[in-house]
Amino acid sequence: MQAFAIAMVIVSGVSIFIMSLSTTDSLYETRENYYRNYNFADVFASLKRAPLSLVRQIEAIPGVDRVDARVVAYVTIDVEGYSDPASAHMLSLPYDSPGVLNQLYLRSGRLFGTGQDNEVIVSEEFARAHGFKEGDKVTAIINGRRKSLVIVGFALSPEYIYQIAPGALFPDYARYSVMWMARKPLASAYNMEGAFNDVSMTLTRRANAEDVIERLDMLLKPYGGGGAYARKDQLSNRFLSEELKQQRTIATIFPVIFFSVAAFLLNVVISRIISLEREQIGTLKAFGYSNLDVGIHYIKLVLMIVMLGIIGGTIAGIWMGQGMSNLYKEFYSLPFMNYILKPSVIISAALISMLVAVMGTLYAVRRAAIESPALAMQPEPPAVYRATIVERLGLQRWFSQPTRMILRHIERQPVKSMLTTLGLSMACGVMMIGGFQEGAIDHMVDVQYGLSQREDISVNFTEPTSNRALYSLVSLKGVSHAEGYRRVPAELRYGHRSYRTGVEGIEENASLTHLLDTNLDEIDLPPHGVVLTDYLAELLHIKVGEMLEIEVLEGNRVTLQVPVVATAKQYLGVNAYMTRTALNRLLREGDAISGAHLVVDGDLQRDVYAELKEMPRIAGVVEQRSAIKAFYETMDETILFFTFITTLLGGSIAFGVVYNSMRVALSERNRELASLRVIGFKRGEVAYILLGELALLTVIALPVGLLIGQGLCAYLAFQFDSDLYRIPLILDSSVYAFAALVVIASALISGMMIWRNLGHLDMVAVLKTRE
Amino acid sequence: MVDENQHEALDENVVFHVHGVTRIYQMGEVQVHALRGVDLDLYKGELTVLLGASGSGKSTLLNILGGLDTPTDGHVMYGRSDLTRASESELTDYRRHHVGFVFQFYNLIPSLTARENIAVVTEIADRPMQPEQALKLVGLEDRMDHFPAQLSGGEQQRVAIARAIAKQPDVLLCDEPTGALDSKTGIIVLEALQRVNRELGTTTAVITHNAGIAQMANRVIHLADGRIDDMYINETCLPASELSW
Repeated sequence: MQAFAIAMVIVSGVSIFIMSLSTTDSLYETRENYYRNYNFADVFASLKRAPLSLVRQIEAIPGVDRVDARVVAYVTIDVEGYSDPASAHMLSLPYDSPGVLNQLYLRSGRLFGTGQDNEVIVSEEFARAHGFKEGDKVTAIINGRRKSLVIVGFALSPEYIYQIAPGALFPDYARYSVMWMARKPLASAYNMEGAFNDVSMTLTRRANAEDVIERLDMLLKPYGGGGAYARKDQLSNRFLSEELKQQRTIATIFPVIFFSVAAFLLNVVISRIISLEREQIGTLKAFGYSNLDVGIHYIKLVLMIVMLGIIGGTIAGIWMGQGMSNLYKEFYSLPFMNYILKPSVIISAALISMLVAVMGTLYAVRRAAIESPALAMQPEPPAVYRATIVERLGLQRWFSQPTRMILRHIERQPVKSMLTTLGLSMACGVMMIGGFQEGAIDHMVDVQYGLSQREDISVNFTEPTSNRALYSLVSLKGVSHAEGYRRVPAELRYGHRSYRTGVEGIEENASLTHLLDTNLDEIDLPPHGVVLTDYLAELLHIKVGEMLEIEVLEGNRVTLQVPVVATAKQYLGVNAYMTRTALNRLLREGDAISGAHLVVDGDLQRDVYAELKEMPRIAGVVEQRSAIKAFYETMDETILFFTFITTLLGGSIAFGVVYNSMRVALSERNRELASLRVIGFKRGEVAYILLGELALLTVIALPVGLLIGQGLCAYLAFQFDSDLYRIPLILDSSVYAFAALVVIASALISGMMIWRNLGHLDMVAVLKTRE
Repeated sequence: MVDENQHEALDENVVFHVHGVTRIYQMGEVQVHALRGVDLDLYKGELTVLLGASGSGKSTLLNILGGLDTPTDGHVMYGRSDLTRASESELTDYRRHHVGFVFQFYNLIPSLTARENIAVVTEIADRPMQPEQALKLVGLEDRMDHFPAQLSGGEQQRVAIARAIAKQPDVLLCDEPTGALDSKTGIIVLEALQRVNRELGTTTAVITHNAGIAQMANRVIHLADGRIDDMYINETCLPASELSW
């Protein structure tokens, strides 16, 4: 049973190690395969409009290998019988071809036949979400005109593995899709015949991406180029890379905890076995067995337990890894998932656990191995105790004898007591991680959509429009309030650091967009200067009061020097904000807005949405509420799986630690407990001495564990921070309560098992023999 | 556990009435007959020595009297209570309130001082004496705050006796109390036992394989092969200080 409890902890460590690493490997390999076989580009750029003849010049840039010039449009989609807003990125595709670069993976159906201009290929997930079959129709509002399209195929693209709508954080397959149309009809709808507005390219092996991007930017500048970027900055790829990074963090942090706990448990148990077998060891050595022989005997025992753990852990790890990989396949838009378990992963899991276990045991074994046979054959001297510090402080008279026994036993083996407590604390901490993720995401959503972005619907226009457009929006039945915003892409620079994002101009006294400080109180936007997302200020190493250089990547591309007046707390994305009038002034334009946020009467939301879709100058409509709902649906399964695993793992540590320490304590104190039973102590009174110690250690472990959990979560949150999103360290009281409860429950279960063992105390046998 | 009709006319002075007690242990595939029908009465205030070689069944008999073991057959009456019919928790109560034990290997609690080792019992007893008083009875009043690891074997055994008598038990059962001690220390321990028996009038049973000790007993019972093969009354019991072996 004890061996089993230790093996369980090793199983946990090995399984999570294998799960994380194999999942990481699988995701990585799958991604690489997909990128390679479907010609994922190395450099991307979008622009307003350039003639196809420019492609020659792009190809001539040193280092550029192949170039694919496309027409890409963000369109609104109308699905019959589905009232929520949906949108899509519509990519152009030549007839009878999956494209040159970023080729689509055709799951079923066919490519576009020549001359068939009303056909569309939709993403597999979108089709699945709506139950589309080949031959079904969707309506796309393309450049303000409704166009009915026949679905001829279902596909995926390496460019959209993480398929999210602009500004969203999580995929929402029913409401956002990537789609393909034949080039000719798409180009003619946007006056792009013989032209393109999106270009991607692969590079030759030795090419320097930075150089290519610089030259490309220069080349595209006259054509409204919005700034080229490399593969590492490509959105879908970045999300994937962040995910891989997180998995690697998990692959280090968890196994470290489990292996240290296992080492500690093995040390405790083997020490006990050795002290029980002291005399046999002496006898064996008296017969001529060497220290090495004796040592090897115990190492073998340990390795047997570890082997059990490795085998169990590998099986569990593969199962969990496959489960996790499948979740990834669902969560991401991947055409296939090659589950890869490298032998090296298993071997390193095995080696690490054996090494750690042997190290954990070595001390105890060494003591057995070097003891002289004559000494070893004598009984161990009686344990030396003394009154504890608490008692010496004068509190002694308040403690009953059994309570004194508990205190003195804990104090006699301070290191062991401390490690037991620490082990329990770790269990508690590990369990908080599962709950933390859920709570943190809730908080992010609350802050982002409850405090910061308060609109019901956002619309963005096809191009900057006069502020007067708001009147036509407010006049829609159901719209009670509209606020315009101006947004331009820009490169922000400070010193040698730069970052490409958007500058958003928001209304003074805006009621729908709030900037928040660290206490989540609203920041008043001053009439001059720029407010940066706190994370962006850190990225640029810029402080409030310093001058930020802003190069606008639109229109006549002005470069401005603007003081930073504040930083704002923001969990999603990074942005720069200023008042809209200030931005308009800096851009030397009139009262222009890029879009508007609307407050809509809940009952009329559908109608408003339907009307907005018909308005020609509206490029896209985003409805926050449906986005949040979709997000929770997506995350539920993943979070549940993760919480399940952390609970299982935390529980196994808690149980392993408690049961083993109690079992060892029972064995060590068998004699004194039996003596007490003989004297007339009831089973409950004797149990109090053992279980009271357990309870005391658990009580100490809980607050420590909650602190450790907080630390672990803070570490993870810190590790996961990126400009895409920051995970706030928000720990709901329920997270603490749950972790504490599982630890208490594990302690109770071990306590119950010890209680049963106490029933079998053999009073007669114990008293007849000398320890 | 009281069955008044079973044994009529119980002698007021009989503490234990043992009748036809048999104890068979199953040791693997072998049956060991530890006791083969023992009949015995122990009287109030008496100091009895049970003599016998190892394997004679004397420890088994003591364990049954102490409520640590139950016979396979036969009856053990403690006063009006039938120990053979008592439940586990009734036996615990019996040990808690009526019996004091002294063992060969002392079995003190290492984490408690001499005084606390006694307090552990007095805290749960009905009419205990003060731990200090008990220690004084065995002559250890100046070692009260020592832990077992700081005491000699003889001192530890005297603490064990003090612990056994502190609850003022009706019977004191001692299993080879001098077995782990040299003769000089052993005699000091026996003096303590004799003093307790004399001053408190506690019914005392001492088992030993050491025939020399028998001279201090009021009555000597000799066991061999699971049966009583001899029993006699010592007309002149020696004080423990005059014993030698």
